[in-house]
Amino acid sequence: MPVDMQRIRELPALVRNPREMARHARSNVELWANILVIGGAIAFMLWQGAGFAVIVGTVFAIWAILSVSLNLVVGFTGLLSVGHIGFFGVGAYTMAILTSSPEYEQLRTEAIPTFGWPFFAALPVCALLAGLAAIIVGIVFNRFRDDIFVLVSFGFAIISFNVFLNWRAVTRGAFGIHEIARPEIGDWRFDGDVEFLLLCLAFLAVVMLISWFVVSSSFGRVLTAIREDEQAIEVFGYQATHYKLAVWVISAMMAGIAGGLFSSWTTFIDPNSFILLESVLLVAIVILGGLATIWGSLLGAMAFVLLEEGMRFIPFLPTEYIGQARQVVLGILLVLLMLFRPQGLVGRYRL
Amino acid sequence: MTSSRSGQTDYVLQTEAISKHFGAVRAVDELTLAIPRQGTTSIVGPNGSGKSTLVNLLSGVLPLDGGMVIIDGAGLRVVKAHETPDHGLTRTFQEVRLFDQITVWDNIMVVLTERRLFPALFERARPATRQKARDILEQVGMWDKRDSLAQDLSYGQRKLVEIGRALAMNVNTYLMDEPFAGLFPQMIERVKAIMKQMRTDGHTIVFISHNMEIVRELSDRIIVLDSGALLAAGEVEPVLNSEEVIEAYLGA
Repeated sequence: MPVDMQRIRELPALVRNPREMARHARSNVELWANILVIGGAIAFMLWQGAGFAVIVGTVFAIWAILSVSLNLVVGFTGLLSVGHIGFFGVGAYTMAILTSSPEYEQLRTEAIPTFGWPFFAALPVCALLAGLAAIIVGIVFNRFRDDIFVLVSFGFAIISFNVFLNWRAVTRGAFGIHEIARPEIGDWRFDGDVEFLLLCLAFLAVVMLISWFVVSSSFGRVLTAIREDEQAIEVFGYQATHYKLAVWVISAMMAGIAGGLFSSWTTFIDPNSFILLESVLLVAIVILGGLATIWGSLLGAMAFVLLEEGMRFIPFLPTEYIGQARQVVLGILLVLLMLFRPQGLVGRYRL
Repeated sequence: MTSSRSGQTDYVLQTEAISKHFGAVRAVDELTLAIPRQGTTSIVGPNGSGKSTLVNLLSGVLPLDGGMVIIDGAGLRVVKAHETPDHGLTRTFQEVRLFDQITVWDNIMVVLTERRLFPALFERARPATRQKARDILEQVGMWDKRDSLAQDLSYGQRKLVEIGRALAMNVNTYLMDEPFAGLFPQMIERVKAIMKQMRTDGHTIVFISHNMEIVRELSDRIIVLDSGALLAAGEVEPVLNSEEVIEAYLGA
């Protein structure tokens, strides 16, 4: 049978051109990732009812603030940091200590300073102190690159955990801090979970907006160039260390906000919330969602929380294994992701 | 910063006894040379004679082990890469170093925008800057490829974008490390045309090449290196026909 050239020419461009096909497939995966995760979230909400969904939603919002902020550093600037949880912890402890009042203090076995500040006065301080910590850490970190940087940030996560655990005069060490205040505006107390969820979502929106502002500016373009070739961008007149420090501090301040929200929401924190593993999970979320995409980080956090909470409902899984099982599942998921989709759910950039 | 804009010196680039050692290897050994203002100067020499190392030292990519570089009259014992544009210097790389996972457009834009950190944070691409980027991309013939990622281009196209990125810096002096290596004849012609245009525009070009035909065609002056030291310098034909140069190329 003779080949009908005319018909071949009339085939859609995407069938003839392999690159066109690849692009089409890519956008398809993105679309399906979005549908799957958001659809999953909605299905979960309908299935479990609003009450539980509100709680899960708050967990999601806090993880999402963290992952969006970390993506600025890991995805856009190419600094693979597993120390982000340290800044989250600084924010959480700042909130816990600044809002603690003398009344609660009498109940405590070990005295820590009390300030009795309201939530909304303490929250900016959470960001500021996390930023201050980031300046100090960042000046040291700026000396390192690539794999050495990962190791150093690893060290920071361990050091910050040990500070939380052992600086008992401030953090009460392993006892943790109880009775952390909920936000108040005048007489209106954010006691209800829905109100707190809305507060967290509002901050998530602000963090995403700031991130977008940063990455869409000339500054953001320089960050991506630093990620691609730090030495080359220096030749063109940029001091890469300054840019890296700046984005590091911005990111840490966002993590500080997340920490403040977290400790006020749980009303109890202890050093176990700020272990290295949490940091690694956070990096996993960022990679899962896709590097250098703000929306991807949001989606990654959503997928992670869904997976985490969804595991509770696997019928044959004994409750005591759930904690471990979700780490195993996340681990397997990451390996599969690196094998088949190294750019993450909606990402473009490969690590 | 000791940025000198005197413009009075005859030499745009000078080195005084600069050295660079890699372990026991003396890549550049107490090298003293001077590159005059304007025109095109080529650097030639056998493999391992220190040509690329010299360019890396001049542009601050490698730190000096000793000696002094004088760029546009400003003597520097430490050349900081991020300050070289202030001295009117930019470069291309031997192993094309584009920002791979961003678009061609952003590769050009990134060198056109604000250097200072806080203004950069609040800067969006201005129409004038966009127009400049467009002009550059049209000049090197890569306007059609502006939305491609740099890593998706062919080798020759990447070379062109890199030259465009250097052009976008709009400085006096361009160091070009092997701009013709690995290019097809057709591409070579395009790069040649761009370099001739740059020369006509009054820029100083310093380029490394192994292709003697191109060197003869483009250069006003030539510098021959051997084992990290200056072998000969001056007008093209006398230098290339001198005994020592022929010996270095054929005798070794």
